[in-house]
Amino acid sequence: MEETSFLLFQLVLAASGMALIFYGVFFVKQKEKIRTIARFTLLASGILQTIYIVLRYLQAGYTPITSQHETIVFFAWSVTWAYLSFRWRYTVKNFGTFISLLIVILLLIAAQASNTINTLPPALQSWWLPVHASISVISYGFLALGFCSGIMYLLQERELKKKRFGYFFTRLPSLDSLDQLNSHCLATGFMLFTLGIITGSIWAKQAWGTYWHWDPKETWSLITWFLYAAQIHQRFSAGWRGKRAAVMAVIGFAAVLFTLWGVTYLLGGVHSYAK
Amino acid sequence: MPNDIILLFGVNHKTTPLAVREKLAVGNGYEGPLQALRDITGCKECYLLSTCNRVEIVVIAQSDAQVEDDIIKLLFGDSVAPEQRQDYLYIYRNHEAVHHLFMVSASLDSMIIGEAQILGQLKEAYRHAADHKFTGPILNKLLHKSFSVAKRVRSETRIGASAVSISYAAVELAKKIFGNLQDKNVLLVGAGEMAELAAEHLVSQGVSKVVVANRTLARAMDLAKRFNGTAVSLDELFSQLEQADIVISSTGAPNIILHKKDVKPIMRIRRNEPIFFIDIAVPRDLDPELNDLDNVYLYDIDDLQNVVETNKSERDKEAIKARRIVDEEALKFQSWLESMAVVPTIAALRKKADEICRLELERTMCRLQHLSPDDQKAIEKMALAISSKLLHDPVSFLKNESCKEQHDVKVEIIRLAFDLVEKN
Repeated sequence: MEETSFLLFQLVLAASGMALIFYGVFFVKQKEKIRTIARFTLLASGILQTIYIVLRYLQAGYTPITSQHETIVFFAWSVTWAYLSFRWRYTVKNFGTFISLLIVILLLIAAQASNTINTLPPALQSWWLPVHASISVISYGFLALGFCSGIMYLLQERELKKKRFGYFFTRLPSLDSLDQLNSHCLATGFMLFTLGIITGSIWAKQAWGTYWHWDPKETWSLITWFLYAAQIHQRFSAGWRGKRAAVMAVIGFAAVLFTLWGVTYLLGGVHSYAK
Repeated sequence: MPNDIILLFGVNHKTTPLAVREKLAVGNGYEGPLQALRDITGCKECYLLSTCNRVEIVVIAQSDAQVEDDIIKLLFGDSVAPEQRQDYLYIYRNHEAVHHLFMVSASLDSMIIGEAQILGQLKEAYRHAADHKFTGPILNKLLHKSFSVAKRVRSETRIGASAVSISYAAVELAKKIFGNLQDKNVLLVGAGEMAELAAEHLVSQGVSKVVVANRTLARAMDLAKRFNGTAVSLDELFSQLEQADIVISSTGAPNIILHKKDVKPIMRIRRNEPIFFIDIAVPRDLDPELNDLDNVYLYDIDDLQNVVETNKSERDKEAIKARRIVDEEALKFQSWLESMAVVPTIAALRKKADEICRLELERTMCRLQHLSPDDQKAIEKMALAISSKLLHDPVSFLKNESCKEQHDVKVEIIRLAFDLVEKN
């Protein structure tokens, strides 16, 4: 079973790598046919990731979002399916290229982390684990889409402002569609993120008796939450959009990454199971 | 059939001034001139394209100087003296005609290389000719091929990808900012001709509302009427900016009329909705520093000119690729045509053999009534087998791909050797 799991992970890596290559070729050549191939490769990668996670669940006997390796794989899975679910509704030109790059980076990081299966500490043995952890990581997936659209917005805006049209100008979509994408991703991501914090605090009440006890991870989640909340509030009240929204999406995602890794390695706390 | 040729007659923007082109007899309407072409003796299939930049006639006709003269006469009517005609007219035959037609459809012969309009015009012209059965097997194939060549050029090169005129460039930029222009408002400040042209392009892209602000209201109203818009006076400029998405400024004002400090508060009222300023006035109307504001994009005439220049050089590079595709496809069509020349000869050959078989069988069978039906069948079979075995070699000689260039000669030899009489 372990061997199957290992092989499956290699397959996931290969499929995502292929998707990235196809999307890369599409980015350069802009041929419709290659895009179709790239899409199906990414879909295949998404399915393989799902199988890998399910297999891991069967192997470990608990929802595999506890170790570093598991969390990042689940993160990559969230990005993949968040993207595929958005793609269903509307196409944003060349978004897939950026997303598949992110997915491959995440999977490569996951490949570095140890993939041994630990026995679950008693504190984590609860059905709140799948609920809290999966909702939180799925919200990261949507926030990651927002980050990618933010990066694309900043690239495209630079070209339009500098009036020198380089490689990206024709290949990137319109500012308006990127801004809308950013807004949609953040709205969905933020909602799930909030839900993740709420479920987490209910779990904390059950397990430790208090809703909130200023564990570094909780603190940073709250900081991240405020960053996104402020941005979404500003968009609705003062019409923050465009460049400012894009920059905020990038900063917000940096905070997400810090909450995910920085806290674990630098600050410790009850959430740092993942060492 | 073997004596038919493809003839292309035309005048275009390169060879003929507009003053002459507009006087041409076939300049307006399709049916009349097509019928007249068809009535020319020796002309079997015909097709006519008439646009503001070119008039072209393609016919399949017997190779005959009289046909050419008749068509030239028809093309020019009485408007151009016969001795001048040669200066304007170009005539292409066979391969060259095919090549030229493909060049036209691929928009490589257009005034603005790569513009997409010509393909639509070509299809329209073809529809007129095909609906009334003026085209036949060869022209149908040729024109359909020219459409697919145009498609191939468009998908394999980036020839039509970038704008090469200032107003197209403005539209392209607007699309990169707003995506869809459907629900956007355009504000024209000043009613200059350039502004009008740019607005026209934007309206053709589906812009929903046009407002014209001008010093003299009467002129503003004139222009607004053209676009079904509204006219306002220049004093209302600031309040109009709250709603406008695309602003085209072209006043004759000697100084800057809109400063950064004026626009900044407006952006707050607009809740940072992006706004695209196009300043085509010389001297400039708009403060260059507007571009520093978030969600404000300012392009002046030089910026747009730069976009156009870069696009032009890219387009020229793509045109080389496109020409290669046209060359390739014209050659392919040529070989199809040549194989077409062989087909009727093969058919005639088979027909002749069949007739001989039938005649000889009839004659023999009269004297062999005592044979059983099975035996009669066997004899019939044998006769047919002999004839087809005999024909096998000349037919494969005709079909042979190895010496394509000599199709005409081969057809001639076979026709002479087997005495195949011309029947058409």
